[in-house]
Amino acid sequence: MTDMTVVGQSAPRLEGHEKITGRTVYVDDMQRSGMLHAAVLRSPYAHARLVSVDVTAARALPGVHGVLTGADFPHRYGAFVQDEVALAQGKVRYVGEPVAVVAADTLALARQALGLIAIDYQELPAVMTPVEALAPDAPLVHDDFAAYGRRVAVPLPANVCAATTIAEGDVEAAFAGCDVVIEGTYETQAQVHCYLEPCGALAEADAAGKVTVWSSCQSVFRVQATVAEVLGMPMSRVRAIATRVGGAFGGKSDVTVQPLAALLAVRTRRPVKLVLSRDDDFMMMRTRHPATIWMKTGAMADGRLVARAARVTLDGGAYAEDSSAVLGFALLIARGPYRIDHIRMEGQVAYTNRLRAAGFRGYGNPQVTFAGECQVDEIAARLGRDPIDLRLQNAVRAGDRWVGGQAIEACGFAECLEKLRDALPPRMPGRGIGVACVTHISGILSTSAIVRVLEDGTVTLNTGAVDLGEGADTVLAQICAETLKIPLDRINYTVPDTDGSPYNWSTGGSRVTYMVGRAVAGAAGQARDRLFQHAAEMLECATGDLELRVGGRVGIVGVPGAEVPFRDISGRAHWVAGGPIIGTTSVMFEGGGFDPKRSAVTGNGIGKLGTFVFGAQAAEVEVDDVTGQIAVRRIWAAHDVGRAINPTAVEGQIAGGIVQGLGYALYEDLRFDGSNPANPTLMDYKVPGALDVPEITPIIVEHPEPSGPFGAKGIGEPPLVPVAPAIANAVADARGVRMRALPMTPERVLAALDGGSIKPSSRA
Amino acid sequence: MITTTLTVNDRVHAVTVEATATVLDVLRDHLGLTGAKRGCNYGVCGTCSVLIDGRLARACLSLAANCAGRAVTTIEAIGQGEALDPLQRRLVETGAVQCGFCSPAMVLAIKALLAVNPHPTAAEIGAAISGNICRCSGYGAIVEAVMRATGGAAP
Repeated sequence: MTDMTVVGQSAPRLEGHEKITGRTVYVDDMQRSGMLHAAVLRSPYAHARLVSVDVTAARALPGVHGVLTGADFPHRYGAFVQDEVALAQGKVRYVGEPVAVVAADTLALARQALGLIAIDYQELPAVMTPVEALAPDAPLVHDDFAAYGRRVAVPLPANVCAATTIAEGDVEAAFAGCDVVIEGTYETQAQVHCYLEPCGALAEADAAGKVTVWSSCQSVFRVQATVAEVLGMPMSRVRAIATRVGGAFGGKSDVTVQPLAALLAVRTRRPVKLVLSRDDDFMMMRTRHPATIWMKTGAMADGRLVARAARVTLDGGAYAEDSSAVLGFALLIARGPYRIDHIRMEGQVAYTNRLRAAGFRGYGNPQVTFAGECQVDEIAARLGRDPIDLRLQNAVRAGDRWVGGQAIEACGFAECLEKLRDALPPRMPGRGIGVACVTHISGILSTSAIVRVLEDGTVTLNTGAVDLGEGADTVLAQICAETLKIPLDRINYTVPDTDGSPYNWSTGGSRVTYMVGRAVAGAAGQARDRLFQHAAEMLECATGDLELRVGGRVGIVGVPGAEVPFRDISGRAHWVAGGPIIGTTSVMFEGGGFDPKRSAVTGNGIGKLGTFVFGAQAAEVEVDDVTGQIAVRRIWAAHDVGRAINPTAVEGQIAGGIVQGLGYALYEDLRFDGSNPANPTLMDYKVPGALDVPEITPIIVEHPEPSGPFGAKGIGEPPLVPVAPAIANAVADARGVRMRALPMTPERVLAALDGGSIKPSSRA
Repeated sequence: MITTTLTVNDRVHAVTVEATATVLDVLRDHLGLTGAKRGCNYGVCGTCSVLIDGRLARACLSLAANCAGRAVTTIEAIGQGEALDPLQRRLVETGAVQCGFCSPAMVLAIKALLAVNPHPTAAEIGAAISGNICRCSGYGAIVEAVMRATGGAAP
């Protein structure tokens, strides 16, 4: 693959010009003729019965065209538990839950009308933490849980929406034989996605009743499916189109406000735009799952890691959404990238009266990796071993099997650790260096692509994959261009649109480069084969004698002058013989689940999600003894991406993920004051700014994945995952104290330095 | 309602708006200039940044009524026609643009800096964009792009 001209190049992104000139159209930049503006009424209570909802006065306000309440949305939905409704019915379950929505001539009028909606609430006792929710006789968040449809219908205790156990080997016997055992309880917090573009949708219904929804989303196909489910319509009557997305990070994976806009458009027969204010977005949308993790890891005196056990409790908030999968993935990945034969991972997700928790870059991995990587570091310290040496000794390698039995095909993990060690400087006085690693998956479910050669020889690529800002459009176009040996500017990358795009499950699970890339390479390869068939007839030779030549030509190997350009071939296909040249490919990451001879699984265990990706990071910190502040000076990050299709884009994912992980490690935390979010604004919820970031050194490791396009696999999520434990381990290196709760605020650091004499306030 | 006169990108506009209307409201809702974004509408995220008389300002906190006779510059005036300003080109090439929601405002924040300090250090660039949140890039590529555009060494 040394002759590649597009793959491996840091091509500037296709949409760079429109973005840097401000001409990109995000959903709030759209206008339609006759368009109405919508606003949502939020619940002021964490848990209350809706005794009555009176919208008469709101409906009567001149300029108001539609008012919807829970009664307008009878269909329950949910990927794993059908517990969700688009607007609250019967009762509200968190402060901020949408209760009613109004469409009016102006946004100001819509908001005015919200104030005219009279609701009689009967407040109920709320459960604000898993401890409260799981207590005997706790109030039920979902009284009718037993009646809900569920994908995994195992019996569950009250206020638990998912529970899973994964076990291999004999963990108790293994611990009994260990020379070193580390045990601890770790707490992690609610990180908010804080994509800069708030959630929004614009919907319009045609005369035949088909509704079109433009929105900021991660999957037009999931939007289509869920809007259809919520509105009780066939999917064929819903068209979902992605606008440009101003960041998502998992927070726009499920529907946000699309069902509300869609039904308003149907009812008012007018286009309706519903874009959340930043306040509404904070109060109504989602966070990362807060977690309490008890973990125990055991090793032999020679450094071999032999056993790990964990009990994980996730706070799922008021609705289950993807919690079951987040838990299953957290338990699958909690072993870490080490050869540990004996494991027992148990977990549950509790319902609470907080806004729902959801997928967020890492999907349960940052929580368990914080615990796991801190324990590996403690074992190294206890054994007097270098933390990188100990990890190398135990590192998984190509050919090893993951929990459940899936083989690890390509594995650059050891090389990540070695390259990291080579990059690290000598320890400076007063500073500490900590290491942490990550394994993640890249894959999940199905996807497809269409490559069509236009009459002039340029190419339209259509996948339906939404670019959230990470650069997927450019990377997929590079894969297509490389396969056909044409310049990138001859590729037309199309907007994801369920009316025209082939299926793509979602942009999530670090999957687009790997999964959609495979589909693109397959579809482009089919188009190439068709081009060859035509060229063979045109040049009167066998297809086996043909080669692609850079620039969009097919020629006879060894005969420089004998060639035809794509334009002539495609013209022939369109006007003379064969018909248009179109390549299509569908792929699925084949999920085989767990090998029952190897693993004991109860609940929603999820195996064979994707191919494995690896990384190793180090952080250098200083700790201020007086303020307790951790100053992160430098971070080195080695990540195995199989092959970097676009190195600048890979480095962008590494740097961006690390900075989001830095916020998670040090300060990002949606806190609650009783049942109310205490800091639901960008003023009070701190995200990293330009002055808060350390020097970051990305190191790209390339062990080509045999099944990946040009060997590539994903990088979207992994860089965030090891940041917090790397910093915690650096604090331990610098000051000898172990941080077991995130975020590592100055208050908590001072408490740790003081040996526990200062009690930091608890999370709730 | 009030009628006020705003000069935006060298063109004079008379607009009739609520007395509470902000420059951002006028740009986005009356003039169709959507390069300035509404990320928070309370002056923290920085995505609405414009230049008012050459100085960086939050369009969401600037009342239109107070801007009569003042010159507002938005992203739509940067660059020459279809050609990017060299700073814009560097930002794209360096990978400083990801989701793009912060990007137009980021350009204006840097322009405001370069107007008074044509050869800033990395620390000065960081300070100049510290009021503009970027949730995607981690900021390093932005600083690097500015250093390259101004002839400074990449940090």
